[in-house]
Amino acid sequence: MPSLRIRAALLSLAVLAVILGVWELSNPAPVADAAQDEYARLMGGADTQARLPAPSDILGRAWEELSDPFYDAGPNDKGIGIQIGYSLYRVGLGYIAAAAIALPLGFLIGMSPLAYKALDPFIQVLRPISPLAWMPLALFVIKDSQASAIFVIFICSIWPMLLNTAFGVANVRKDWVNVARTHELGALATAFRVILPAAAPTIVTGMRISIGIAWLVIVAAEMLVGGTGIGYYVWNEWNNLDLTSVVFSILIIGMVGMALDMILGALARAVAYAD
Amino acid sequence: MTIKSLGDAFNPDVDLTHGAACACAACIPAGRRFTAAAVEPAVPADTEALVDRMVENAVVRSVFGGNEIARRSFLKTIGAGAFAAALAGIIPLDRVKAAVKDGMGGGGPLEKTRLNIGFVPITCATPIIMAHPMGFYERQGLDVQVIKTAGWAVARDKSLNKEYDAAHMLTPMPLAITMGAGSTAQPFVMPAVENINGQAIVLHVGHKDKRDPKQWKGFKFGVPFEYSMHNFLLRYYVAEHGLDPDQDIQIRVVPPPEMVANLRAGNLDGYLSPDPFNQRAVWEKVGFIHLLTKEIWEGHPCCAFACSKAFADELPNTYGALMMALLEATAYAADPANRKEISAAIAPANYLNQPVPVIEQVLTGRFADGLGAVQDVPDRIDFDPFPWHSMGVWILTQMKRWGYVSGDLDYRAIAEQVYLATETGERMKAMGQTPPETTYRTHTIMGKVFDPADPEGYLSSFAIRRG
Repeated sequence: MPSLRIRAALLSLAVLAVILGVWELSNPAPVADAAQDEYARLMGGADTQARLPAPSDILGRAWEELSDPFYDAGPNDKGIGIQIGYSLYRVGLGYIAAAAIALPLGFLIGMSPLAYKALDPFIQVLRPISPLAWMPLALFVIKDSQASAIFVIFICSIWPMLLNTAFGVANVRKDWVNVARTHELGALATAFRVILPAAAPTIVTGMRISIGIAWLVIVAAEMLVGGTGIGYYVWNEWNNLDLTSVVFSILIIGMVGMALDMILGALARAVAYAD
Repeated sequence: MTIKSLGDAFNPDVDLTHGAACACAACIPAGRRFTAAAVEPAVPADTEALVDRMVENAVVRSVFGGNEIARRSFLKTIGAGAFAAALAGIIPLDRVKAAVKDGMGGGGPLEKTRLNIGFVPITCATPIIMAHPMGFYERQGLDVQVIKTAGWAVARDKSLNKEYDAAHMLTPMPLAITMGAGSTAQPFVMPAVENINGQAIVLHVGHKDKRDPKQWKGFKFGVPFEYSMHNFLLRYYVAEHGLDPDQDIQIRVVPPPEMVANLRAGNLDGYLSPDPFNQRAVWEKVGFIHLLTKEIWEGHPCCAFACSKAFADELPNTYGALMMALLEATAYAADPANRKEISAAIAPANYLNQPVPVIEQVLTGRFADGLGAVQDVPDRIDFDPFPWHSMGVWILTQMKRWGYVSGDLDYRAIAEQVYLATETGERMKAMGQTPPETTYRTHTIMGKVFDPADPEGYLSSFAIRRG
């Protein structure tokens, strides 16, 4: 009997095959009439019957796009690889800027119950604001669409990191801090050698939530400001009402998001500890 | 105007230096002239002849090393004709003249050659887009990036941010931006209209039996932007049929690509939008073309080419070259014979990203209307760059009519500040085109005459209005 893991994988594949098979077969491509008059031709014949693209269409498109991911045919037409690169670059910049502010600030707030209570209302009001609501303001104030997109990533990925860091730091077991005190450790040493390792799993969880949000938001932001990126790619294909490309890009967005989450997941395992 | 140094270089009786003792006609005031000999206009009347004269002058002078006495006595000895023939054997004067004219663009060296021009991917942007693949920018020495923009609000913001040097806009936008309606106020200019006509009212295929606008009560319509001809024409059209556009129907701002999807989903009953999305709705079998906007106002302006006043003022030569490229592209697009070639040039993903047959139906005007007929309307979309001041005044009357602006408007002053009709007319003339002689005229919209001399009277003649 093979292991549970292999059996689960086989079952997953079987489920996938059944779903795709039903999808493909229930959705046959329309057949064009042999003889078309001018009106029928100008109406697009049978090609444009509204239907969800079949899996084979999407695979075909994926093959087309992925076989040449880095072509550059002008400012508005670049390969999928270049588009993802732009999106990752923006997410990276916004996310790193958010982490650079949220982690130290969260640490300070977590150490001081007074600051925690005083700043909490602000955080709670700002946190639920949809990132796209920030976009018009960002465009108006920053006066640069690229920087605005990065700012939107920054502003939406900062809150989970800030809150989780503060929460993690505030909830470090009092015994451990007391032990540190009995060993006469200084404030800084206590922070880095006791509190940081203890709060690390909570902090990384916040970072993991943030990267997920950042990747969600970049697609919407790029659809809005255009130019480059995977969000622009979706918008451009939507502009052409090309559902095959839209579905393909949805899958790509999902896979990149999963990859980002796995990286943070690995980091979480690295900082985990047993009580 | 007299430019004394531009006398005929081949004439031995003309002194090109015009010193203190010069006795030529140009140097002696008309009243004191005692001889009519050798009188000739000092400066040729039109630009072409002026350039020719400048080139001749420069070449002939350099042959004699700037020595006027040598030139005049030499010409007297051998004769002007013989000298001109001999000179032509050495220097291809005609080709030099042509080369000078080609390089003339804005009349001097370009201050900036790399430009970013924004466009929204619709057929109205045809001249701006086609000038890239078809080389109109390049011929003026410009390295232009045409950048696709997701919508009008972003086009406005990127123009205000100076990310775009110039942009494709809707004709009411530069007026609105200049007045600060819907944005911070910044002076913008509109040197050219991109296209005329080129929009349509599309209804959902389920409304084929509701062709009379009186049956449209409760309909939801899409327009691409508030400050657009689409919005103003739709409002005008339904109001002429007795419907209040704010009470009896709903008008929503929807980006063009979303219109087709919303129509299919039944979220919109119809829309007045730019092409190719009207034709695309027919192609997707979700809508039919109820009417072309040319039937509301034949020759109405639609989209525009606009830039900040600062760009035009600070980089005059670049601006001039850009205008040249666009006016040439517009003239090329106006010829129906070129429309198929243009359709193929602007369809790829880098530009409109649409099926060629859809674009072709829009540009050639031979199209399926979704009602079972093939129609032939060659000027369904047309290209005429002249920015009539009267069109600007009409747009302002409608902005006031529907409450987008209020108070007393100096219609003419605003229109003339933003729409550069006079300047564009001069450029067109210099290119051998024939612009209209005036910048105001009456327009007939659904049979009703608009007189730009009396905008307030026109405004108060409407029963349905806000202000």
